[in-house]
Parts: sequence; C-alpha cells; structure tokens
Amino acid sequence: MPSLTIDGAHVAVPEGTTVLEAARAAGIRIPTLCYLKDVSAVGSCRVCVVDVEGEEHPVPACSAVAREGMAVATQSSRLTDYRRVALELLCASCVPCSEGRCAECDADGACELQALACAYGVIGDAQAGAAGVAGAGENAGAVGVVVAGPGAGAPREEPVLDSHPFLTYDPNRCIACQRCVGACNVAARNHTLTTGKRGTRTTIRAPFGEDWRTSGCESCGNCAQACPTGALAVKRRRGYRTSDVERVRTTCPHCGVGCQLDLVVKDGHVVDAEGAPGPSNKGLLCVKGRSASFDFVEAPDRLTTPLVRNPASGQLEPATWDEALGLVARRFTELRDAHGGQSLAAFACSRSTNEDIYLFQKMAREALQTNNVDCCARV
Amino acid sequence: MLGSGAMTNSIEDITRQADLVMLVGSNPEEAHPVIGMQLRAAVERGCRLIVVDPRDIGLAAQADIHLKLRPGTNVTFAHGVVNYLIQHGLYDEDFVRERTEGFEILAATVRDYTPERVEAVCGIDRADLVSAARMYAAADAAAIVYCLGVTEHSTGTDGVMALSNMAMVTGNLGKPGCGVNPLRGQNNVQGACDMGAGPDDMPGYQKVADPAVRHKFEQAWGMPLPAWRGLKATECFPAMLDGRIKGLFLFGEDPVRTDPDTHHVIRALEALEFFVVDDLFLTETARHADVVLPGRSYAEKEGTFTNTERRVQRVRKAVEGPAGPWLDTRIFAEVMNRMGVAQPQLSAAALMDEIASVTPSYGGVSHARLDGEAVAGRGLQWPCPNAEHPGTPILHESAFPNGLGAFATPEYLPSVELPDEDYPLVLMTGRVLYQYNACAMTGRTRGLDEIAGSSFIELHSQDAEALGVVDGDRVRVTSRRGQVETTARVSGKTNPGETWMPFHFQDANSNWLTIAALDRVSKAPEYKVCAVRVEKA
Repeated sequence: MPSLTIDGAHVAVPEGTTVLEAARAAGIRIPTLCYLKDVSAVGSCRVCVVDVEGEEHPVPACSAVAREGMAVATQSSRLTDYRRVALELLCASCVPCSEGRCAECDADGACELQALACAYGVIGDAQAGAAGVAGAGENAGAVGVVVAGPGAGAPREEPVLDSHPFLTYDPNRCIACQRCVGACNVAARNHTLTTGKRGTRTTIRAPFGEDWRTSGCESCGNCAQACPTGALAVKRRRGYRTSDVERVRTTCPHCGVGCQLDLVVKDGHVVDAEGAPGPSNKGLLCVKGRSASFDFVEAPDRLTTPLVRNPASGQLEPATWDEALGLVARRFTELRDAHGGQSLAAFACSRSTNEDIYLFQKMAREALQTNNVDCCARV
Repeated sequence: MLGSGAMTNSIEDITRQADLVMLVGSNPEEAHPVIGMQLRAAVERGCRLIVVDPRDIGLAAQADIHLKLRPGTNVTFAHGVVNYLIQHGLYDEDFVRERTEGFEILAATVRDYTPERVEAVCGIDRADLVSAARMYAAADAAAIVYCLGVTEHSTGTDGVMALSNMAMVTGNLGKPGCGVNPLRGQNNVQGACDMGAGPDDMPGYQKVADPAVRHKFEQAWGMPLPAWRGLKATECFPAMLDGRIKGLFLFGEDPVRTDPDTHHVIRALEALEFFVVDDLFLTETARHADVVLPGRSYAEKEGTFTNTERRVQRVRKAVEGPAGPWLDTRIFAEVMNRMGVAQPQLSAAALMDEIASVTPSYGGVSHARLDGEAVAGRGLQWPCPNAEHPGTPILHESAFPNGLGAFATPEYLPSVELPDEDYPLVLMTGRVLYQYNACAMTGRTRGLDEIAGSSFIELHSQDAEALGVVDGDRVRVTSRRGQVETTARVSGKTNPGETWMPFHFQDANSNWLTIAALDRVSKAPEYKVCAVRVEKA
C-alpha cells in the first residue's frame, strides 16, 4: 500500500490507485471534467492537473498513479492558471459557451463545464446560471471573460444529429471529453458510439443521425447521462431546467434487474428519468428504464373512476367508489357464503409493490376465504 | 433441489467473479438489458461464455460455445453434461460427499444420456457438448444463468432441476461467481412470490399445508384461514370454464394478452359470475370485467420491489398522479372491511413492519432501515432475519435448506405438441428490448413504437424458401388454437423448422397460437414450443 501526502495530508491507498482517487478517498476535491469513475479516464481535458514534488510540469491526477513517498499539491496559483487555460480552450469548443449564450442551452445550470469555467473566472457571473451557486466559485467575483472561439465571428455550425426518437447529439456543444464514448464502450459495452479524427481534433461519432436505425445502438442513453455539457442529451432534457426540478430515488418498474433510478419531477409531473448508482445497475439504465418508465403515469387513457357494468346496456359505466366497492363486497360475500372460498380466485400483480401484494393475498385468504391465490410468475 | 425459486448468487459476483457463465434459455441483452451490459463486460474481461439457446441471440456471437439446441430438450442437454462429468471423473467428489445425497441414483439415471443421444435429441454436435462439459468443469467459478427458455416448458421444472445437478456435482454453489440463477421476469415477480401470492405459500414460502404455519397466521391476523389446497392461476382458467370458480379478483394482470391460448382465456373469463379488475388502464382483460377499480402506479406510492437477486429495494412516491384513483392497499383494506374483516388503513411502511413480523426471511426489513445510512441505498437481500442481519448475497454457503442437496432425476420428455404434417414448424415466443410484456407501460411511450412497434415472425431461410416467402412478406401463422397475420423476418437466427415471435404486440399476439400445456409442478405454460403452419398471406 503506497503512502503519499496530498496537500500535506497522509494517505495510504492500494497499489495502482490514481492520485485523483487517492485524493477523493482523503476527502480532497480535485476538479475534473473528462474523468468519470470506472467509465472514462482518457486524460484529455487537463483540468485535474496537480503538482508532484520533483516533477517540472503539472500532471493529470486522473492518470498519475500514486507512489510511495509522493508529495502532491492540488492548489496553487500556477495550477489555477493551468486549469484556467484548459477551461478557456474547452469553452472555445462549445459554441453557446464561447458566444456567451449559456442561458439558452438546455444544460444551463447542470453543465459541468459552465460550473468549472465560472469557478475559475473563465466565464462571468452573467453566464453562470444555476451553476454559479453550485460551482462554489473560488474565483467568485472575477471579471467575466467571453472566450472567443477559433474563427470567432464566423459561425461554425455543424449539423445536429437529431433523428433518433430519444437521443440527440449537437457537435457544436461538444468538448470531445469522450465520457460518452466510455459510457457506450466501457460501461454499457454496446460499442456503437466511437471517436473519429478531423485533422488533429477528436470527434464523436454518435449514431443519432438519419441512419440511426442501421446502427447497433440500444438507445440506452447512458452516453447522454455521462455528457458533462449539453452536447449529447436525451430529448426530454429540452423540457426543463435543472433549477426547476427535484429528483426522487426509486426502483425501475420494468424487469427484475431492479435498477435504481431518479425520477425527475417538475411541478408535480415526471419529466425524465436518470440512472442512479444501485448495486445491480451501477448507474446504468436501459432504454425502457430511461425513456419508458413514466409516460404511462399520466397517459390520457388512465382510469380515474371506478367502472361498473350496467346489466341493462351491458356496458361498463362510471360509478362512485362507494357503489363499486359495495358491489364487490356484496357479490364476493354472496359467492363465498353460497359456494365456499373454493369458488373464488385472486391473481396479484407482479409489477406492484410487496406491500400491495401482501395485503392483496391477505384479503384473498381472509375475506374471500380462498387459497386460489397466484400472481403472473408463470406467464 | 435447492429450495425456493430465486438466484443463489448476486448480479455483481456473477458478472465480476465468475470464470465462466453458462447462459441457458436466457437473452438478457433484451429481457434484462442492464444484466446484459454487465455480462458483455464480463466476457470482454475474459470470462468464458457458453450459450445454450435455440436462437442466435446477440450474446451467442461472443460465446466460446453456442449450443443451438432444439427447444424443449434442456433436460437431455443437462443430463448429458452431468453424465460426461461423472464418466470422466470431472466432478467434485468432496462436495458431492459432504453436501449432497442421491448421487448413485443420479449417476444411474444419466448414464444413458451419452453424447450420441444428446446429439440425436438436441440436434447439436456431440463434440460441442463435450467441449461445453469440459469447459464448465474446468472453471474455478462457473455460474449457470437461466430464464424462461428453461421454465416455460411442460418439463420446465425438470429442466431447472437438471441444471441444478450440474452445479451440485461440480461444487459450483455457495461461493462467489457460481450458482444456479434464474433471471426473474417482472420487476417484482420475486417479491410477489415472496409475499405469498401463490396457492401453496404464505409469505416467505411458509407452507399453507403446514398446520403450524396456518395457526401462526390465524393468531397474527385473528381469522380462521382456509386449509385446502388452492389452484395455480393457469389451473384456474379451466376451473372457471367448468364452474368450479365463479368469482375472480384480478390485480394488474392482463391474461387476455399474456396467457396462452387467448380464445380459451376469454371463454373462461366470460364464464365467471363476477369479475373484478384493479388496474391503471382498461386493458383487454378489464373489458370483460363486471367492476373495474382504478389503482395507483409505482410513481404515486411508497413501497418496495424485490429484484431477481432477492434484493428488497425502495419504491418512492414521486408525484400525486391524476385525481380519482385510490392506492391499491386502500382498495383492498376497504373490500376487507366491507366483507366483515377488520383491516386498518396502514401506510406502506406499517405494512412492511407487519410483513417482517410474520415472514422470517424479511424479518430485518423495514422502510426506515432501507432508507438509513447503514444500508446506503443498497437494499437488503433476503434471507434477512433480523434488524442487525446484513442480508444474504449468496445462498447455501454452508448448507442447503434441507441440509444436504438432493439430486433430482427426471427423465427427458418431449414437448406436448410437436410439429406434424399439418403444423410442420415449431413456434417459440419471447421478448424484445424495446417493449415490456403486454406493453401496458411501454406502449404509452411514443418513440418506442418507432423503434419496435409491430409483430413479426422469425423464419429460417430454408423454410422461407420452401414456402415462397421473402423477408418482409406478410404471412398467416396458424396453430390448432388460432391464427394471426404478421410480417416475416427471414434469417438464420433459428434452426430450420423453428420459428420465433415476440409476445408483446397486439397486431398479431402470439398467444392466439400458443398452447395451454402446463408444467406438472410449476404449472407454467409451454410458451416456448407449439406447432404452427406458415403461409404467405
């Protein structure tokens, strides 16, 4: 177990641990952008640079491996300058950011680039959005700089890949951090989202253009969840700003994996779902969990009133709860008393909660006096 | 026989610690996608993969061995493996001696399942069987993962027991990366079974037939309880037709879409004197009801689901939802009260406390604990007998429920309905990634239908050629029970003579065709094998 010091604090970590993870274990925060634990560590953004005693230049903490006796400093004016330059370059590659239009971006307030750029004084408070609060700016009050991108003045608009039903990719907001590539290839292992090259620039090849049907993409959207900016997103993201929502941690209602997810709630309506770090899903979701786990809640054909069949017309007609439950209790009581509990059956729902199902079978065994109780385990 | 129908191991230890995964009748990339993702990661880190499946599922392309066996022949395959291991001394003698009983009978039963016989019955190369057996035995930690391709047969229980024999003779139980692991279907089918939604089981698989169990619940609930043996759901439909069952309370199922032989299901529901449905929507089934009660969705209630690895996790209320529906627990309590059984209106947390008080395997589960810092959002895996118990990620570490693990020795039996002159093709059914079951939830998300919105039938190119059908043609599919029209997808995904349909889509629901032949123990229908005829429409 190598032992090192980070900002003077002694830390012992398992062999092979990066300086970044060692710092996190010690509760020391190093800013990151392209790094995503267990998903992506390409070391491209240079935001996580730290000083290591004996090294001339700062090194990226996400790729530097902790060594015995290492002395690491995570804060200095030189490091702040390095990080600021790195952030200026990244901001320049995002069109809204470079043009001072963060407020127009769906990711406003949730953008990690925006938060860091604000914290390091690269963009001004006017552009900070909700990130200005979340970013805990160490350079709060710094003079705002609108960073001019390469060829400023000449619009550098590339086409947005927007044909996929759920996912969209806007290369004009992409900082090529490759977190989406890690999400697709390392986490989901779907291998449909890749990098390309244009000159010396790394580009992202996202399968959401007109030919989206021909790719092997499973539409899981884990790439969108990994994106730190507004470049790769679920389309539902257009429906809300991060400052307007709250998140409720729950369990996916579809298959038996039990993925943990956060329902994103705005004004009493579920507007999105995000993967949460559960033991069975490790933050991942599939297309059904992310994109199809809540529309049904407020579907227009949701039943909102009991229905009772009118014996005269033969039709199901709206009734009050008192009428409907009175009829249910009376008819089941009559059948039970006339023919015994054997004449009744009760099938529970394998989609509902344990608490619902427990009370349902209790009702069947006690009130209906039947052991003809089952669920859809077989079908 | 290992006891209850639940994964012995956890998703994490299987996908991170197994040296080999044998995937039998399971297509997790589509039916359990986030497990599929983690299995792909396992394979890419070097875990061996044996796929035993009649179709070229996605993972078959990454498998070391794909045994593309005939549907319905799992018992022969598994016995063939066990026989080979015994004949060649590749089994774990210590584990067999210390942890199991009945090995001699097992050896005698499987002796006839030679590689030659497996080749003939399963339609696979005997050399591939031998390779698979040797690879499975050579792994330090080998996990069997199976799904409905094993259970949805008239011999489904036999298939599960035969697979368990493989794990027991090789000692692949009670440690990380091993075990016999059914991937349970719906989000809470594990919990539904745990909660006593089965005719023979009170909550926690305490047997109705045991007078001491009934006495315990009669004391706890303050009511005399029926002692007679109840019917399973699939047995109830014939009982509705012959008048034994006259009233049904159906909570959230849609058997008109999901159960085999739709005509038979509708006739049974129509024969009822009184039929109540509690659901979110006016489903195909609810249209036949006398009373329909609108309930609440998972996003509108507190509670828990228990996942396929026995992990109890929280469901939390996110929104109020539309005005009008009632919480389902309020409906059930109100029915009980109106039928003269005093039942207070309890919160979900209070109901879980009651569950814990009568269910030993859930004894340490409470909402407060699940929400607490110690559990840290990881849920609790049963058995979790008390509030200090950390839960049980791996079953059978030192003993089986009955002490020693008993080998079961079923003989291979063919499927009930095999192809013949009139119905020359086998039909299998299953799931696709983009929809779930009867689409009650997924069918209401626009966009999914754009990706996968209508039915199809996979035909082998040889069969298609003989029928004069090309990819994309409309075809009529007929069985002894019904007929549907759908679109042909021609490929080599199935074996010649075999076809496959998804069961989600109402434009050509495969259950008009499927057969209500039941497994003799579980009473699961044989969704995976019936005989059909295909013609160009």
